[in-house]
Amino acid sequence: MKLELSGITKTFGSLVADDHVDLTVEPGEIHALLGENGAGKTTLMNVLFGLMHPDSGEIMLDGEAVRFADPGAAVRHGIGMVHQHFMLVPVFSVAENVALGFEPTRRFGLLDRRKARDEILRISHEFGLEVEPEAIVEELPVGVQQRVEILKALSRDAHLLILDEPTSVLTPQETEGLFEIMRSLAASGRSILFITHKLKEVLAIADRITVMRLGAVIGTTTPQTTTESELASMMVGRTVELVVQKEPARPGDVVLAVEDLTVVDPRGLTVVDHISFDVHAGEILAIAGVQGNGQTEIEEALCGLIEAAEGRVTLLGRDITRATPKARLRAGIAHVPEDRVRDGLVVSMTIADNLILDVFDVAPHARFGARNLGEVKRSGEEKLADFDIRASSTDMLVSTLSGGNQQKVIVARELSRSTTLLVAAQPTRGLDVGSIEYVHKRIVEERDRGTAVVIISSELDEVLALGDRIAVVYRGRIMETVDPTVGREKIGLLMAGITGDGAGSVPPAGTTSGTDR
Amino acid sequence: MSDAPIALGGVAGPTAATTPARAPFRWSRFFHWMVEANVVMVTALAIFSGLFVGAILIIVTQANVLHAWAGLFSHPGTTVSVTFFTVGDAYRDLFTGSLGDPFVIGHAIHTGQGWTQALTPISETLLYASPLCIAGLAVGLGFRTGMFNIGGQGQLIAGAMAASYVGFEINPPAIIHVPLCILAGFAGGAVAGFVPGFLKARTGAHEVIVTIMLNYVFLDLLVLALTTQPFQQPHQQNAIGRMIFQSAELPRIFGHNLRVNVGVLVAIACALGVSWLLRRGTLGFGFRVVGANQDAARVAGINIRRSTILVLVISGGLAGLAGMVSLCGSDYFLSSGYGGTVGFDCITVALLGRNRPIGIVLGSLLFAALNVGGRYMQASTGIPLDLASVIQAIIVFFVATPGLVNEVYRLRGMNVGQGLLTRGWAA
Repeated sequence: MKLELSGITKTFGSLVADDHVDLTVEPGEIHALLGENGAGKTTLMNVLFGLMHPDSGEIMLDGEAVRFADPGAAVRHGIGMVHQHFMLVPVFSVAENVALGFEPTRRFGLLDRRKARDEILRISHEFGLEVEPEAIVEELPVGVQQRVEILKALSRDAHLLILDEPTSVLTPQETEGLFEIMRSLAASGRSILFITHKLKEVLAIADRITVMRLGAVIGTTTPQTTTESELASMMVGRTVELVVQKEPARPGDVVLAVEDLTVVDPRGLTVVDHISFDVHAGEILAIAGVQGNGQTEIEEALCGLIEAAEGRVTLLGRDITRATPKARLRAGIAHVPEDRVRDGLVVSMTIADNLILDVFDVAPHARFGARNLGEVKRSGEEKLADFDIRASSTDMLVSTLSGGNQQKVIVARELSRSTTLLVAAQPTRGLDVGSIEYVHKRIVEERDRGTAVVIISSELDEVLALGDRIAVVYRGRIMETVDPTVGREKIGLLMAGITGDGAGSVPPAGTTSGTDR
Repeated sequence: MSDAPIALGGVAGPTAATTPARAPFRWSRFFHWMVEANVVMVTALAIFSGLFVGAILIIVTQANVLHAWAGLFSHPGTTVSVTFFTVGDAYRDLFTGSLGDPFVIGHAIHTGQGWTQALTPISETLLYASPLCIAGLAVGLGFRTGMFNIGGQGQLIAGAMAASYVGFEINPPAIIHVPLCILAGFAGGAVAGFVPGFLKARTGAHEVIVTIMLNYVFLDLLVLALTTQPFQQPHQQNAIGRMIFQSAELPRIFGHNLRVNVGVLVAIACALGVSWLLRRGTLGFGFRVVGANQDAARVAGINIRRSTILVLVISGGLAGLAGMVSLCGSDYFLSSGYGGTVGFDCITVALLGRNRPIGIVLGSLLFAALNVGGRYMQASTGIPLDLASVIQAIIVFFVATPGLVNEVYRLRGMNVGQGLLTRGWAA
């Protein structure tokens, strides 16, 4: 299906979300729509999918002008959308979810489960989307849930598929799987509109790339004729440093010493298995690994959120293995948690309150049990400026901020205390290029000030960019601690649990299984 | 809370001082605010809706009005006037019975006589409102901090029992006795609140279930106490408590003939205290963080167990104070089922006041006025008190469903557009 958008304009009050946007997607094309948060991508897709109505402009499908009153109309015209947050009923099976809304029925209105099931199997086989139709959705991994969403769209005969930030929740392997599915969909003549802000992915999968900034289309290009840094500067509107500028580390004394740390989860599984490492003042230790190999538990054990079953954690020689989170904060641990909305912020409170969430009860923010609201506001405004948080006032609720600015609130809070150790987990997940650059810069500055830094990340790029040393974890153990110069392949293999003998040389696929740990 | 629009009318001191060049008052802006969906407007319209539905109920339940409607086509004038006067009389009585009759008050001002009669309605309303307000604050504090304390009834009984024990067991001078009773009331409720708090903090037992069940425990504990020494009135077969000493009675503020007493001041102090706690207190800030996002609270180093227990202890203590205020302020002895519906009405009041202290004060006053006025209306016009309850219920119903009010009165709700916009940014 060929899609043409011409002159789409959508405003909210004085804000122009989309300003005369033109976009063409050819049949069988994977078209990437690239832009920072707030560039107008999502609004454009909501207009296309009938969730919003444009102020002006035209949508044409195969040369015919259409208007969608609601998403149902868009679906009938062959448009399918996979939202960033899945629209699935968690307790229903895959088949039930796919059938939802256009249930095939037998006589007396009975649901024809077999038909729904057959339909799913037919589509799965056609595009290589492996899903068990009887599985309950909430028990499936995120990557598979996403397949269910795609299946849902395909079962409604979608010829144009909109994928909104589909990789933000996926592991690298799952992302690769998704790309294969996208390629096979494109090969069958379906068009795909792929919304993202991840540059590498765009270059890997797209046929053409359209970049948006501040509601307007900046330009359309192809992966063959552009580079990552060119795309980044198109998105941000200025030259962006994709490589973090940093001097070689000058490590000082040991700040954090972890010996034989072991964590057992509530099900009795050992998720962190006798891990030992040291972090020195003025260096960044990056803990790399595919999500779910014990990194989250290492982070939580370091910050006192879960108990260590065995082992010792010492900070500047002081045993803090059993210390409460508060005692650790006071001892100088700064913590940027993995899930910022769940663990890092109270989104229903103001920016000012969130900026002092862990020091609200000490001077100068409070005295004798009474909060000093003037001081809270003043220091909040200071941090707003210092950390470049884009908000009109500290009284705004954090829920109204973009992900990048929310993360800046956390970083501002954590780095405003005197810190001896910074633990940052997935510090740039879901952020746009400009914010990633900023957060990375701040972390390196913190290191240069003599703080010991632990970065936990599943993004290989981030690990390589920030780490002075890289510890790769696999199934709760540190496979090896390496220098970033050993290269992507070596670290990638370690992440998959493979210790190759020659660093940098990739053994042929057939021989790797023998050397598996 | 969108307090900003209120500043249009009243001039807040510091604001006026810092911004001398205020925008001139403009009717267009006032009108804009009128049709905007906001808390004050929605509440006002909810009250109006309650009175409107109440009027319809009066029309369809009063025989004389129905009779007049039967003659709508032969005597339309009679129909209109009978309807108008019946509804008007009922609401006039509701008003004068709760706030006072303007004529009687005017007479009192001119002659200096009859003040007692003029002020009795407002005195009764304040008397009724005090415990309701304090218990409403208890519930509101819980709601604001994510803790659903449904145990107001049980905690109120516990507080009243503790206060009555101190009230009849010792007999120091009033200057010492009253504060002791206040402390005892708070302590009794606090103990009753500690139980669910402790259980939740230690075992994760849900406070709603525990507090509801504890209501029954305290109800029966009260009956048990009232049939045994030392609580039972001597030489009594019934479940009646001992009278407290006069020194334990809350002093009346405006002479002996008006029942309004120091309990009102206790209620005001509680409202100010809770307001301060939530706005300025570090303790309250911790409570709010825990209530809004436990995970973030934990990461920020806040002790969640301590916070959970403390919220329920303070909330329970407030409910206990409510029991103490009604016991030492107007009842003077315990009886089985003490507190009546206050333990549950306070939940409604908290809801009506949107869990804000000032809202709870106003909500309890409205609730009390409808009750006190409703009794007067029943006595003078024969319209049952239940009508006042229906009006209360409808007001709460509308307050709890602002979307419905927006729909019925076509207020300009900003929320819809903003919601979509926010979703766009969040991508």
